[in-house]
Amino acid sequence: MKYLHNIGAYFIMIKDVFRKPTKWSVMKPLILKDIDDLIIGSLGIVAFIAFFVGGVVAIQTSLNISDPLIPKYLVGFATRQSIILEFAPTFISIIMAGKVGSFITSSIGTMRVTEQIDALEVMGINAINYLVFPKFIALTLYPFVISIAMFLGVLGGMAACVYGGYGTLEDYIQGIQTDFIPFHIYYAFFKTLVFAFVLATIPSFYGYFMKGGALEVGKASTTSFVWTSVVIILLNFLLTSLLLG
Amino acid sequence: MIEVKDLHKSFGDTHILKGISTSFEKGKTNLIIGQSGSGKTVFLKCLLGLFDYEGGSISYDGKVFSLLSTDEKRELRSEIGMVFQGSALFDSMTIAENVMFPLRMFTKQSKSEMEERVDVVLNRVNLSDAHYKMPSEASGGMQKRVAIARAIVNNPKYLFCDEPNSGLDPKTAIVIDNLIQEITDEFNITTVINSHDMNSVMEIGEKIVFLKDGLKAWEGSKDTIFKTDNEVVTDFVYSSELFKKVRKMYLEENE
Repeated sequence: MKYLHNIGAYFIMIKDVFRKPTKWSVMKPLILKDIDDLIIGSLGIVAFIAFFVGGVVAIQTSLNISDPLIPKYLVGFATRQSIILEFAPTFISIIMAGKVGSFITSSIGTMRVTEQIDALEVMGINAINYLVFPKFIALTLYPFVISIAMFLGVLGGMAACVYGGYGTLEDYIQGIQTDFIPFHIYYAFFKTLVFAFVLATIPSFYGYFMKGGALEVGKASTTSFVWTSVVIILLNFLLTSLLLG
Repeated sequence: MIEVKDLHKSFGDTHILKGISTSFEKGKTNLIIGQSGSGKTVFLKCLLGLFDYEGGSISYDGKVFSLLSTDEKRELRSEIGMVFQGSALFDSMTIAENVMFPLRMFTKQSKSEMEERVDVVLNRVNLSDAHYKMPSEASGGMQKRVAIARAIVNNPKYLFCDEPNSGLDPKTAIVIDNLIQEITDEFNITTVINSHDMNSVMEIGEKIVFLKDGLKAWEGSKDTIFKTDNEVVTDFVYSSELFKKVRKMYLEENE
């Protein structure tokens, strides 16, 4: 029953995100601040992880090719496919559920604990719109983060492959150009946008509706990470089945 | 004027408010007092519409709160100023931005007009040089004064204060009490204060509602509270030796 109640409350919250919008002059700086916190602030860690995981994918693919009949350009091909289809949109989103999701839950949860949300409500402000909408808009730029992860992942694969002596630059470049299907990019960015919505709303839900004190803020952040990850994985399966299956 | 009729509120099986009826008059400082757990905070949150209630009614100048549409409730709330127990200042904003916030949300004033108004109210609460401080850099007393400034900046009709003196030293507490009293008189607003500070009761309690176990046990003023022979009230208000002596002296003087 508790799960059903939470699902219902989540969808009611989504409706309230778009009701009674806050004045644009107030909302604009909030959106810019959230772009800075959620998007710009995540670029460093995303770039670091993407580059090195791309390298690891290239090395492991190369090491697992023992048959001389398998062409060497397969390393580039496999790295590109892994990065674009799965690693960048899904794996990075799970990492973002930890980084961005925890930040959203704890910042909104702290506002709840310190009665700042009550203060907004008493003033007659739609607190859900005021707090969640800027995060939703900021995260519409999330595909920009993922496109950087895709680029750096493929670049990291190339660096590991060439400088680690696992293949030549020509083979790798041939590999990343082989059998390129543009729809895979659309699929990846569509997934990314869906995950962006999940990343903005589920952590906000757990922060907004938390009860208790500082300890509960920590618990809410953990629960939010778990459920954001679960929903991303389930939606990933569903979208992959629908769009590629 | 705020009128409350037969207010009932429960959490699960626990009946917190058991039919409270009272009224809070315009231009007066109205105090809700009572022991911890008597239902004061729940009562205040019901008045503010932060909690739904099962029975009874609350009306603001004749408008029954529960019958208002969501938009009408929001409009009414924009006429309410609230000072929270922990001040509830927005910690990502400076003190001046905190005070300016209701103006940015609800008025079409230019930036210079808003800044002028912020200067006026910060001066009013004796914080004329604290504009650019962050709330975390302000003392408890300063934070309370900023919260009062934020509550009155948009000329509210109703001012609510939840334990405005909690965590403050007696001298600062008196400053805050006097400030609330002066603002109530100056702007002719309906002020409702939730307190268990007996100094506040004696200083500014123009109307006092005493709650016990979710019921209104007594109603009066700072003058009548000395004379009451209601044991529940005297047990609570005169629980300290000092107040017992003060009461004795008052009664002897007035005999």
